[in-house]
Amino acid sequence: MSFTDQYIVHEHDVLVIGAGGAGLRAAIEASAAGVKVGVICKSLLGKAHTVMAEGGMAAAMGNVDDRDNWEVHFADTMRGGQYLNNPIMVEHHAKEAPARVLELESWGAVFDRTKEGKILQRNFGGHRYPRLAHVGDRTGLELIRTLQDHGIHQGMEVFMEMTVVSLLTTGGRISGVLGYDRERGRMHVWKAKAVVLATGGIGKSFRITSNSWEGTGDGHALAYEAGAELMDMEFVQFHPTGMVWPPSVRGILVTEGVRGEGGVLRNSEGKRFMFDDVPDAYRNQVAKDEEEGWRYVCGDKNANRPPELLTRDHVARCINREIKAGRGSPHGGVYLDIGWIKEKLPNASAHIQRKLPSMYHQFKQLAGVDITTEAMEVGPTTHYVMGGVAVDGHTQMSCVPGLFAAGEVTAGLHGANRLGGNSLSDLIVFGKLAGEHAAKFVKEHGAVEVDQAQVEAHTRAIMAPFDRPNGENPYGIQQDLQNTMQDLVGIVRVQGEMELALAKIEEYKARLKNVGVIGHREYNPGWHTAIDLPCMLTVSESITRSALDRKESRGAQFRDDYPEKSAECSTFNLVAKKAPDGSMQVTRRPILQMRDDLKAVIEKMK
Amino acid sequence: MSTQTATAAITTPKPPADHARPVHFRIWRGDKDTGAFVEYTVNVTEGMVLLDCVHRIQAEQASDLACRWNCKAGKCGSCSAEINGKPSLMCMTRMDTLPPDKVVTVEPMRSFPLIRDLVTDVSWNFRVKKTIKPFKPRKPDNADGSWTMFQQDIDRVQEFRKCIECFLCQDVCHVIRDHHKEDEFIGPRFLMYTAALEMHPLDTEDRVGDLKNRDGIGYCNITKCCTKVCPEHIGITDNAIIPMKERVVDEFYDPITRLFRIFKGKK
Repeated sequence: MSFTDQYIVHEHDVLVIGAGGAGLRAAIEASAAGVKVGVICKSLLGKAHTVMAEGGMAAAMGNVDDRDNWEVHFADTMRGGQYLNNPIMVEHHAKEAPARVLELESWGAVFDRTKEGKILQRNFGGHRYPRLAHVGDRTGLELIRTLQDHGIHQGMEVFMEMTVVSLLTTGGRISGVLGYDRERGRMHVWKAKAVVLATGGIGKSFRITSNSWEGTGDGHALAYEAGAELMDMEFVQFHPTGMVWPPSVRGILVTEGVRGEGGVLRNSEGKRFMFDDVPDAYRNQVAKDEEEGWRYVCGDKNANRPPELLTRDHVARCINREIKAGRGSPHGGVYLDIGWIKEKLPNASAHIQRKLPSMYHQFKQLAGVDITTEAMEVGPTTHYVMGGVAVDGHTQMSCVPGLFAAGEVTAGLHGANRLGGNSLSDLIVFGKLAGEHAAKFVKEHGAVEVDQAQVEAHTRAIMAPFDRPNGENPYGIQQDLQNTMQDLVGIVRVQGEMELALAKIEEYKARLKNVGVIGHREYNPGWHTAIDLPCMLTVSESITRSALDRKESRGAQFRDDYPEKSAECSTFNLVAKKAPDGSMQVTRRPILQMRDDLKAVIEKMK
Repeated sequence: MSTQTATAAITTPKPPADHARPVHFRIWRGDKDTGAFVEYTVNVTEGMVLLDCVHRIQAEQASDLACRWNCKAGKCGSCSAEINGKPSLMCMTRMDTLPPDKVVTVEPMRSFPLIRDLVTDVSWNFRVKKTIKPFKPRKPDNADGSWTMFQQDIDRVQEFRKCIECFLCQDVCHVIRDHHKEDEFIGPRFLMYTAALEMHPLDTEDRVGDLKNRDGIGYCNITKCCTKVCPEHIGITDNAIIPMKERVVDEFYDPITRLFRIFKGKK
């Protein structure tokens, strides 16, 4: 059989993998530059995990508090990331975000408004001023739908329900992509001069996660296999508030917007425990009592934020501590109470339903809890990976020529911990930048031929599970890996447990060689899981190895055996790369030095 | 499942099985040519939703059972199906809301061509959307490129923009389901999509002619089935379709406006 009989072949200048916020924004930008653009997505268009984002997108527009500007946003993001961020990206993000939000409005997005008719902005953890443009608690849906509805008229070709299994390189440069359609299981080759990875996150490597089935770290693994570097992988964000009950929804996100609107955290003794532990870096930004915290929520510019709005890493650890100390709720969480605001507000019930409609709906329908009168039970959930493909901060290109990345799959913007709301703005700011530079790269470089032998080797590898109908069920390995990562490389880490995790990951790699699937290639979830597994294993290994090597507690990484920050560790990022012998090498790379003018901004904002 | 004992030591203990009750399912298995209901039994525990049951069947009994899903929280609109005959999201259907001791029937959406098992070909919806004239804003009101809009002017549009595109309204609409007017009728989802654009305070485009001449708004006879199945509880019929029907009447059938149209040379 000839190559073109076996494969459906497509040809594009820029091929975008992923159709969440970053992928769609990149595709729109590349289309605007006049090159031929394709977009591949694992789900239907408009269903990507971006729809789950709730609270808002951070942009220093100063609509609610005119003291806000890009310098404050820059300093907040660096502080939140514990200064391991790439300052060039943080600067670009803080300066560009307001324009990107306005652009969404020009494409039809309908944000909530201030009394003066401007875009309303809400409070969020770690942001000094109300900064998150939002639509109730469904901002992600608004973002993805706006980009989708605008994007379909820009000439891009969309391939839905397709999974990429390998990036193709020729002479070290990107030459295309190999994948299959989930509907029929047919193999496709996309020839491309540049590829933008926008594949999102890795949450599925953990048992309790807010991520959907798509969050299997495909982009991270594809880039790694193609020779790119994965940076900061030890920094996995455990969002403090996921649902804990009923078991079937454990991990599903409860937006930080609940706390932004005045929600408070209490333990089983009814105590607001967040006042007990305020980190020094935030001491002079936190309310001294409950009354001041409420004034902040109401918009009093002279009040400091309540401690529930500290950064996510810190809040998650405080919740974890309460649960471990036996002061948790019946299903192993703590209480998040927004209903209490009826003491302060007339019509509190209607206010809550208007500000947090999908939270109201989600708890009412799935847990039988009315959040306007009852407290929610919440606990930490694996939410976001700060680490990802290392890119040049000016162009979003990785060390593989022609391979770009944007959004959660990329490292750099968030450092050791991401602030809520900086993710949606990340997508539109860096999606645009990646699309722009991918198109530029295409115009400057010609096409390269796809290596057919490479394509055939990858195809054989993904078909192998069909030859072992009596092999191990892939779901078993997936479940064991999720348990290993959750229990041994989770919110509190120690050397011995992580070494055990590494040994187990090796064991799963061995079991993967004997994985088998039944049925045929059409819409076969067992087969899809078998193909996801190598990605999940690569991601898990890079997280574990990096976490072992960072012998300190900083941002999202908490080491019980090294509970303090170390000065030495503040000087490097960790980079995982595939060595010539196929093993994973983790090395230390000195952090990018900040320009003097940016250092001055940090000083000014202290 | 085949082999999980090796690492059992680090898994969380399973919830007590004493509340589990066996529930019997009939799930449609097949492709566009042939198919039949297949029976499965799942031990259901407290708080489970129907999608959990389907996942358990995939993991333990039929790893090739095809089903679309994503967010598992009613936000993405992927897991649409017909549960005991009612178009619903599988992820938002609590098992304890279904009649106990009765077999649960799960079928794919019947208005769309079947791909396999519970997965249907919904591509028609994406093609329809592309035919609707896109958003065209007026010039910015302010020097910084922004617009001034007030909350009370956007409440209605925001209601429509809650739509998660699950296409359950399209599935249930008899114009599509029974009369197969896909070539002449865009369905409730896209009548509402058009309404959201038409009622957007910044939009300057005119789509009322398309609604009448091309999109088949006249086919809707206001049975409100779409509104009843909407998981976002959007007032599709009352708030979107009826006002658009009124605009069509105003523009095309009102005698004075008709006179204006003749003078202005509009169709």
